[in-house]
Amino acid sequence: MFLRFLRPYLIVALVGTCACEREQRQFNEPTAASAPVQSVRLTPQQPGPQLPEIATDAPYAENAYAVNEGKKLYSSYNCEGCHFMGGGGMGPALMDDRWIYGSDPANIFQTIVQGRPNGMPSFGSKIPRYQIWQLVSYVRSMSGLLKSDVAPSRSDSMHARAPEAMMKQEIPKQ
Amino acid sequence: MRLGAAIMVTMTASAADQSVLRPSGPQAAHIHWLWDVMLWTTGVIYVVVLLVLFAGVWRRRKATDPTTMTDAKLEKYVIASVVASTVIFFALLIASVAVGKATSDLDARNGLIVNVTGYQWWWRVEYVHPEPAQYITTANEIHIPVGRPVTFVLTSSDVIHSFWAPNLHGKRDLLPNQKNSLVLRADKPGVYRGQCAEFCGLQHAKMAFAIIAEPQEKFDAWYANQVKPAAEPVTEEQVKGRDVFLSHACVMCHTIRGTQANARLGPDLTHIKSRATIAAGTLPNEKGHLGGWISNPQSIKQGVRMPPNPLMPDELNALLGYLESLK
Repeated sequence: MFLRFLRPYLIVALVGTCACEREQRQFNEPTAASAPVQSVRLTPQQPGPQLPEIATDAPYAENAYAVNEGKKLYSSYNCEGCHFMGGGGMGPALMDDRWIYGSDPANIFQTIVQGRPNGMPSFGSKIPRYQIWQLVSYVRSMSGLLKSDVAPSRSDSMHARAPEAMMKQEIPKQ
Repeated sequence: MRLGAAIMVTMTASAADQSVLRPSGPQAAHIHWLWDVMLWTTGVIYVVVLLVLFAGVWRRRKATDPTTMTDAKLEKYVIASVVASTVIFFALLIASVAVGKATSDLDARNGLIVNVTGYQWWWRVEYVHPEPAQYITTANEIHIPVGRPVTFVLTSSDVIHSFWAPNLHGKRDLLPNQKNSLVLRADKPGVYRGQCAEFCGLQHAKMAFAIIAEPQEKFDAWYANQVKPAAEPVTEEQVKGRDVFLSHACVMCHTIRGTQANARLGPDLTHIKSRATIAAGTLPNEKGHLGGWISNPQSIKQGVRMPPNPLMPDELNALLGYLESLK
């Protein structure tokens, strides 16, 4: 009798524990570690032996807190100065299915670290690695490449587009 | 042990005072007066009520039936205490409203205007001046001249904070996208500790500030120093330290006027050595503490926006040498 009364609460508590990892906060991030492999394939065409296509697991692809931190950094470090809220301006759009230098987390990581021609600055020596990974996950969330329970579901200010969690998944073309 | 802790607390309090009971300005004095009135009134009432209660317990109960309770004497007592309660409450209400009016009545003309912006978890402080070149930005420590009214224009960059220096005034909230204001005056020179008084996240407890009230001449000298751009590095080590600052993550968030560092995410470091504490009152501003803070702020103030900075030992030393020179 008593157990029956408790059952719904137990179910809610169990479901609650499933979400813990999604929100886990880490404050002492490994700083120097976790740089991706050196040779990342940037375009389908290349000289010499063909580099394998890679699919990396980005460290924060499953962590909603880290993706939100990435969203904050996206405006703090003025990514929006060129890419705007994902629609692009001076820089290319980030919410569509076109990726000039690759859509894999490792590709985006290298793009932020090294910079790219025609305006993308190199942030490698200026931002700690873990923040770059947070940005990578956030950038991927803009075109719906993250799970909707991980991607940010609201913004602090007014936005012209839907929140990241509601973005249609754009399968990257390359 | 406990005595030692008590002495420590008193000593820290004398260095930077934070107490509602030691007012140093007109508004805090009003608030303190109201506190005294309420304390003594309610204290006396408490004692009287307890005495009456004990008297009732002490007196021998008469073997009576409930019908004898309707005597005229009892009615008188009830009427008298209802009237007394009403009068006392009304008097306290008038005192409270009068103090509320008195604290907001300070004439702000011929005063200073200081913009304070709350961040998780520190305070940006900007002194407004008619000449743009005289406009200064600092953090966490607010110098004010004694005897002059200061208008604080309060706002927040993220969540709601609250500005509270109990020796000078009551609390006032800092709201995102909205401006609030607070006018106060310090009548006695001193260092008054203030604290964020609205829970604002993980490190709410380590979000303190100091109001340093000093004579006008001293304030003017401080101001004149703050207006200057950062000191040029002199020694080889300081030059290297500046290069470290400009080529690492520091430059992404901090400003040092006179260099290329112009970011506004973190506190302005142009005159960091002129401040007594770092990290919003968390640590004394000494070389060792600063070094530990730069290396890994997360181990000192977990969750703070500043990331760990794994610098080489010689780079860190040079950087500290440079920052120590920014007086």
